[in-house]
Amino acid sequence: MTGFLQNTFNGLVSGAFYALLALGLAVIFGMLRVVNFAHGAFYMLGAFGAYVLLSEAGVPFWAALVIMPLGLGLLGMALERAVVHRLTRLDPLYNFLLTFGLTLILQDLVKSRYGVQSSPYATPSALSGSVDFGLFDFPTYRVFILGFAVLVCVAVWWTLTRTRVGMVVRAATERPELTPAFGINVGRWVTPVFGFGIALAGLAGVLAAPMRAVNPLMGADLIIVVFAVVVIGGLGSIFGSVAAGFGIGLVQAWGEAYLSSFPIVSQTIVFVVMAVVLLWRPAGLFGREEAPA
Amino acid sequence: MTSTVDTPAAQAGRPTPPSGLVAAARAPRWVRYALLAVGLVAALWLPNGLYPAVAVDILCWALFAVAVDLLLGFTGLMSFGHAAFWGASAYVTGLVAIHAGLPFPAAVLAGALAAALLAVPIGYLAVKRTGIYFAMVTLAFAQMVYYVANEWRSVTQGENGLQGVPRSLFGLDLTDDYYFYYAILPIVLLGLAAAWRIVHSPFGRVLVGIRDNPARARALGYPVHRYKLTAFVLSGFIAGLGGGLFAVGHRFVSLDVLHWTTSGKAVIVVVLGGIGTLWGAVLGAALVVRLEDWLSFSGFEAIGLVTGGIFVLVVLLFRRGIWGSAVVLARRWLARSQR
Repeated sequence: MTGFLQNTFNGLVSGAFYALLALGLAVIFGMLRVVNFAHGAFYMLGAFGAYVLLSEAGVPFWAALVIMPLGLGLLGMALERAVVHRLTRLDPLYNFLLTFGLTLILQDLVKSRYGVQSSPYATPSALSGSVDFGLFDFPTYRVFILGFAVLVCVAVWWTLTRTRVGMVVRAATERPELTPAFGINVGRWVTPVFGFGIALAGLAGVLAAPMRAVNPLMGADLIIVVFAVVVIGGLGSIFGSVAAGFGIGLVQAWGEAYLSSFPIVSQTIVFVVMAVVLLWRPAGLFGREEAPA
Repeated sequence: MTSTVDTPAAQAGRPTPPSGLVAAARAPRWVRYALLAVGLVAALWLPNGLYPAVAVDILCWALFAVAVDLLLGFTGLMSFGHAAFWGASAYVTGLVAIHAGLPFPAAVLAGALAAALLAVPIGYLAVKRTGIYFAMVTLAFAQMVYYVANEWRSVTQGENGLQGVPRSLFGLDLTDDYYFYYAILPIVLLGLAAAWRIVHSPFGRVLVGIRDNPARARALGYPVHRYKLTAFVLSGFIAGLGGGLFAVGHRFVSLDVLHWTTSGKAVIVVVLGGIGTLWGAVLGAALVVRLEDWLSFSGFEAIGLVTGGIFVLVVLLFRRGIWGSAVVLARRWLARSQR
């Protein structure tokens, strides 16, 4: 029982990263119809930025947790204005290709400056140690990640459902042709929403820095798993993306713990789940059916 | 976006070929024969003008790119996971050549058949989605194949890769890349001819119809999913031919052949050459392979900067690609001269 709870908790923690990344992808996709391949690269930049800030300027974790998402969000907005926006009227595949190219560039820029080896990042002192839950202990930092990620998801959900900006974004997501007809200036929100999605990726990166190996390739493999996550949840559904993120984290952790004699399982289980979902509900668990093709 | 399904692809801004070799207005016959002759002469001359090893790579990548173009250009499906078929065939070819001691064409055929077999379940699941989802699903399944190859060390040797893939062919000495090039050229030409034949067959016309207007194709009674799956498997086979030859050419198979960057590179080769033109895919393969060889020869480390940069520039400024632009220019010139 203790073991089960521990695995569940670890699953939720890794699910928190999937959820944050999937949330950013879903928000951007909803507003711009762009699947941002570079999302993993921005996650990596968040982690790397935190590492560089600490090792070269002595900026602590808490400051990085604010600076990196803000900075990357601004960079994302600049990129949206400079390039992404030129292609949004075309097939989404072109922006997928564009952001794929950006991924290669960003990765190699970091790689040529810092090499491919992983760099350690110390857990902030206020979050070291562990929390006693009676039956078992958990590292304080992981508890913090889970709480923080859930807080961010709830805040985004609240913004989307209770504020005017959120209403515009939801309207533009669900009825892209109709929303402007009501005199709503959708275009004004496109750039900030793109920046916000990127900022979420950067935030996930900073959170990952003390827990995972910081290296230029850390985002690349992760983003492909996140693509599978959003296919499972249904990319059009923001709630579905977050739920699938946590769900896949759990399934992976359980698979790793109880099928440990097959090491391949923990890495591939997400793709198996995706295959099952494609067979059973091709639009994703929470997605709406596409027009038949 | 979903509401655009029943409008022609051109209006929806889907990546369409510049109504090139498939459209009704085809180039005059003498132009096509002249191009074919130029292409054949270039293929025969290639290892005399380039390092033969680079020329071999160009042939393999030409097959790979044509396979991707068969889906992207003629079926309207962007596979971002074709490294799965290229790489799976490379591994199977390598294993068969090492353990069974068959002549290399037989090993390559076994590899390509294995790739086609792998394409059946992946394609069956992937064609349930279209557009950007299709790209994500194929990418994800290719990553799964990568993980499996990485873990299954007893067979694939993991990170060490398969070493010592032989180039046996009835006792002929093919260790020199120059002779090996001419040994594989017939296989590559057969593969390219097969792709050309598929595109220009009634089956290929239906694929183009599905690409341009899936709803109408369905209304006319065509089983759209089955057509797409067939195209996917054929494409997997052709990519597998290229991958198998690549394995024999390098006498070595590493995990790189299955990596997602390989899938992405295949797509950019097609876009650079011109989507839906076949010739363009071959040209794009030649350019990209030559460029990468030149970069690594000149000691430039960050190849991703250049390929990524090309990717961004082509997508932003040059979406028709080289062949697509040439076709448009040639057609304009023809129209003017006929007036």
